[in-house]
Amino acid sequence: MNTQLKLSVSPHIHSGRSTRRIMLDVLIALLPATAAGAVIFGLRSLLVVAVTVAACVGFEALFSLIAKKPIPVGDLSAAVTGLLLALNLPANIPLWQCVVGSLFAIVVVKGLFGGLGANPVNPAITARVFMLVAFATLTKAAFPTIVDTASSATPLAAEKATSLTDLLLGLHGGAIGETCAAALLLGGVYLLVRRVITWHVPVAFIGTVFLTSFIMEGMDATAALAAILSGGLLIGAIFMATDYVTSPATPWGKIIFGLGASLITFLIRYFGSYPEGVSFAILFMNILTPYISSWTRRRIFGMGGSKA
Amino acid sequence: MKNNNLSILLKGIIKENPVFVLILGTCPSLATTNNVAGALGMGLAALVVLICSNVLISLLRKIIPDSVRIPCYIVIIAGFVTIVEMIVHAYFPALYDMLGVYLALITVNCIILGRAEMFAGKNSVGKSALDGIGMGLGFTVALVLMATIREVLGNASFAGNPIALLEPYKIEFLVKAPGGMLVYGLLIALVYVITRGKAPLKKSFSCAGCPNAGSCQTACTSAQAPESEKGDAQ
Repeated sequence: MNTQLKLSVSPHIHSGRSTRRIMLDVLIALLPATAAGAVIFGLRSLLVVAVTVAACVGFEALFSLIAKKPIPVGDLSAAVTGLLLALNLPANIPLWQCVVGSLFAIVVVKGLFGGLGANPVNPAITARVFMLVAFATLTKAAFPTIVDTASSATPLAAEKATSLTDLLLGLHGGAIGETCAAALLLGGVYLLVRRVITWHVPVAFIGTVFLTSFIMEGMDATAALAAILSGGLLIGAIFMATDYVTSPATPWGKIIFGLGASLITFLIRYFGSYPEGVSFAILFMNILTPYISSWTRRRIFGMGGSKA
Repeated sequence: MKNNNLSILLKGIIKENPVFVLILGTCPSLATTNNVAGALGMGLAALVVLICSNVLISLLRKIIPDSVRIPCYIVIIAGFVTIVEMIVHAYFPALYDMLGVYLALITVNCIILGRAEMFAGKNSVGKSALDGIGMGLGFTVALVLMATIREVLGNASFAGNPIALLEPYKIEFLVKAPGGMLVYGLLIALVYVITRGKAPLKKSFSCAGCPNAGSCQTACTSAQAPESEKGDAQ
């Protein structure tokens, strides 16, 4: 096949892709993780999901009403934000905290900056960071209701290593949607097949975390695998770091974004005071995104070789 | 700009609020607003210093040589701050302990130096006194507003009195420094919405209004930097 870029003049055919369709795909991709969360942590997790999604959609409608803007609930982006946020929360979180987090995500992070497409940082990840520093309960993760567990910390904070099978199936403490690695990978494959996301960010992000952990753990592949399967790395790398609005659009930009995020994750995990650093890392890289985008901007074809 | 006395007095409260519109005095605004009592004390102390220094600087504005005016202003302001600090220490020891170093730091508070430079150094004594009252009240109102939000939501109390109803719903984050930044930013946004089109942002921040205008004439005339920065921010 000829791989050269084909240019054509208008009229162009609309591919049929819309914000609504993409958001729907993300929702579908998150379903396995949600279902796994419901099985692992009990029905209470579904309540958390329902309240958070409803609060996000409600605040979106309310804010648009107050700001006298068309109500964009139909594009499902508020529902995606709500579901992502809920999957990042422990199942035993008080429900009012879910509502405060939703308010922060939709109104402060998204609405005040101009709505979808104008938010400088990912609403779900920022709300998670906000709740992490605002509420002490978030650091005390919930525990699976279907298995007995004596430990009281997430795998990253625990003394005893969790087995790889448990990590893959999600049978350990953590947030609702982040524990079951298999379900998250399934969702990621669906998004890749549907071409909603590209491979660059997840591969760069997860790959670098694997490499750095491999070196730090003394060339132990099992420990490095455990490092990428635990904590919020998979849900962060697949669903949050690939957000169109807050990550670079160019392939090299995406790779730099993934590398940077994994480096910060690694630094926080090994040298920081928090056990997990994925959300901080993504938030930090969100802020750097405009700079990465301009560094990696493609030279316009036929515009000469001057390095502007 | 018409300078009738009422508008001089009132502009400090919302239209040119020193904290939310001129973005001056950020440090005490963040540091002393985790409880209402401290914020009110800080606001009133700054109000007194601001009125006194504005009046004295306005009185001496023809005597102070232009090239050494900043050190002169600082000496005058520091004198009043020392008086206020001693009075607070003697009569309100609890407040003195609460404010700590921030009381002494009123000396280098940008609002007081800024008003000396922008207003008192150019206007009559009466107008400078009104400006001091208006700006001081604006500062106090801003601090108390921020402190109310932070203390009620973050610590479930108002001026030290616990509010039992909110006790289980505390967001402790808000009384910490990052929470202060958050509340501060949200209030700036709110005041911007309220005063949209009315706040004379560009005028206040143009070269003429800049405290360094005297020393950086060349930089100012070659590029209208403050204007374009302001444009980006909007």
